[in-house]
Amino acid sequence: MILEVDGVKFGYNGKDILKNVQLNVDRGEMLVILGPNGVGKTTLLRCINAILKPKAGTIMVEGGDVLKMEPAAIARRVGYVAQYQAKTRMTAFDAILMGRKPHIRFRTSEDDIRMVDGAIKVLGLEDLAMRHIDEMSGGELQKVAVGRALVQEPRLMLLDEPTSSLDLKNTMNILSLIQRVVKEHNVGAVMTMHNLNSALRFADKFVFLKNGEIHSAGEIQEVSEEMIEEVYDIPVEILHHNGRPLVVPLN
Amino acid sequence: MHLNHGEKHEEYSRYVGRKAALLAFSGIVLVLISLVSISKGAASLPIGEVAKALLGFDAAKRTELIVWNIRLPQVLAAIVAGAGLSLSGAVMQSVLRNPLGSPFTLGISHAAAFGAAFAVMIMGSGTMASSHVGAVTISNPYVTTGMAFLFSMGASGVIVGISRMRGASPEIMVLSGVALGALFTAGTMFLQFFADDVQLAAMVFWTFGDVGRASWSELGVLSVITLAASAYFLLNAWNYNAVDAGDETAQGLGVRVQRVRIWGMIIASLVTAVAVAFLGIIGFVGLVCPHMVRRLIGGDNRYLLPASMLLGAILLLASDTVARLILAPHLLPVSILTAFMGAPVFLALIIKGYAK
Repeated sequence: MILEVDGVKFGYNGKDILKNVQLNVDRGEMLVILGPNGVGKTTLLRCINAILKPKAGTIMVEGGDVLKMEPAAIARRVGYVAQYQAKTRMTAFDAILMGRKPHIRFRTSEDDIRMVDGAIKVLGLEDLAMRHIDEMSGGELQKVAVGRALVQEPRLMLLDEPTSSLDLKNTMNILSLIQRVVKEHNVGAVMTMHNLNSALRFADKFVFLKNGEIHSAGEIQEVSEEMIEEVYDIPVEILHHNGRPLVVPLN
Repeated sequence: MHLNHGEKHEEYSRYVGRKAALLAFSGIVLVLISLVSISKGAASLPIGEVAKALLGFDAAKRTELIVWNIRLPQVLAAIVAGAGLSLSGAVMQSVLRNPLGSPFTLGISHAAAFGAAFAVMIMGSGTMASSHVGAVTISNPYVTTGMAFLFSMGASGVIVGISRMRGASPEIMVLSGVALGALFTAGTMFLQFFADDVQLAAMVFWTFGDVGRASWSELGVLSVITLAASAYFLLNAWNYNAVDAGDETAQGLGVRVQRVRIWGMIIASLVTAVAVAFLGIIGFVGLVCPHMVRRLIGGDNRYLLPASMLLGAILLLASDTVARLILAPHLLPVSILTAFMGAPVFLALIIKGYAK
C-alpha cells in the first residue's frame, strides 16, 4: 500500500469536519473523493500531507508516518496540486523546477534541470517551457502544476479539484494525463472532484463522503444509484459507457 | 518516478545566462555611476584624480579630503540604502503577494517619522543651529535615530503580532500596515500642530531622506545589517518563489509558510528601520525598483532579489547625484527627487499593465 489512512478525525472550534475516516491507495491506483460542497473533501486531502493536523488517526505513506515527518520530508514523498494556481511572472520551466524545492537548498543541479525537461516532455509542454505562466490559460497552468508535483518525485500525488476551472477538452486532457502518469510511473493518486462523470471515467476507486464520514467506498464499477441519491439527495440513473458508469440526474 | 529521459535544456541555459549577464552589467553600471557621483558636486573633481584617491595613489590633498570625508560615505550610503530598501520591498511584495508591499506603504516609514518627531518634541532632541548652509540640525541625533528605529520596529511588530493572531494572511498584514501608517501620520500631525517653530523645522527636516547624513560608523551598521539580511533572503529565495505560487502550493512543497512570511517581514522591516533611522524617509525606491526588475527579468527570486538590490542602488545613487547637481550650490534631499521620479514611473507601470 502506498497510502493508509486510519481513524482520521479533524475539526476546529468544537466542530467536527472529519470523523473516523479510513482509506487505502495502492501503487498505480487513482482514488477519487466525492461528496457535496463543504463535506470535507479538501480538508481530508490537506490532512493527508499534514498541511492540516488531524486530531486523531494515522496517515502512513509507504509505511512512514506522515504526522511525525518534517514538512520537507513529506514533500519528498507526497506531491500536492492545489486548486488555486497563482499566476506569477515565472517561466513554466522555473515554475516546474520549483518542485525540486524539497530536495535542494539553493543551487539546482544538472540532474534537476534534466528532470524538469523530462516532466515537460511527459506533459507535452515543450513549446511553452519558456513562456511566463501569467500568460498561460487555465489548462496550461494546471499542466505546469502537475509537472511541479511530478518533479517532487512523489510516491503519492494529491490533486484538489484539478479540473474545476477547465473546459471539457482540457478536463479530459488533464485527467488522462494524470491517469497515464499514475499508471506509467506506478504512483498512487488521490483527487477530489465535483464532476461525477469525469471522476468515474478516469478513477479506479471512489470514496463518498457525507457529514464528515465515509458513506461508501469501492471500485468504480460498484457505484450505485442509491449511494449517489443518499449522498447528493437527488434521484439519478446510472447508464454505462465503455464499461464505465455514467450518471444522469433525473430532476 | 522516472523522468530520466530529460536532457540539458539549451534554451533554459541561455535564459539563465542572460539573467546572469544582466546582473553583471548592472554591477558595472553601478561602479561607473559611483565614480561619476564621487567626482561631481559643488567642487568638481577629475575622474582620474578620484580613482587615484580611491586606490591610495598620490592624489591632491584636497581631492583626498573631499573623496574620503564627504563624497565616498555619501555614495556608499546611497548604494547600501538603495539596495536595502529595494530588497526589503521585493521581499515584502513576495511574502505578502501584494504589489503594494513596501516599507513606505506598510507604515514602517511613517512610524519612523513619528518616532523622530516624538524625540524632537517630547525628548527635546531638535534645535535650530545656524550653520554655514543655514540648515536646521538635530542636536541629539542618537536619540532621534533611536526613537525612529524603535517606532518602525514597533510598527512591524504590531503587524506581525496581529498576523500571528489571525493566521498571517497577506491581506491582514497589508491592511494592518495601512492602518498603522494612517495612525502614525495622524500622530505626527498632532505633534507638529503643538510644536514650536524650531521643533517643527527639526521634524520636517528629519523626514527629508538624505544619504549625505550618514557617518562612517552609521554606514558600517547599515552595511552589516543589509549584507546579513541579503544573505538570509537569498538563501530563502526558493521559499519566496513557492509562497508566490500560493500558500497551499508552498505548503505542498514543504515550506513553513507562516514562518517564512513572518521572518521575511521582520528582517525586511529591520533593514528598512535602520536605513530610515539613519537617513530619513526615502520613499518609492522600495516600491518601484522590484516592479521594474520583475518586468525586466521575471519574478524568480533567485535573480529578482540581487537584481532589485543592484537597481535600487543604481537608482538611489543616480538620484542623489542629480539631486546634488540640479540646484547647485544648494543640495536637494534625494527623497524629494525619488518621490518625484517614483510616482510617474509607478503610474507608467500600472498603465502599461501590471505583471507580477
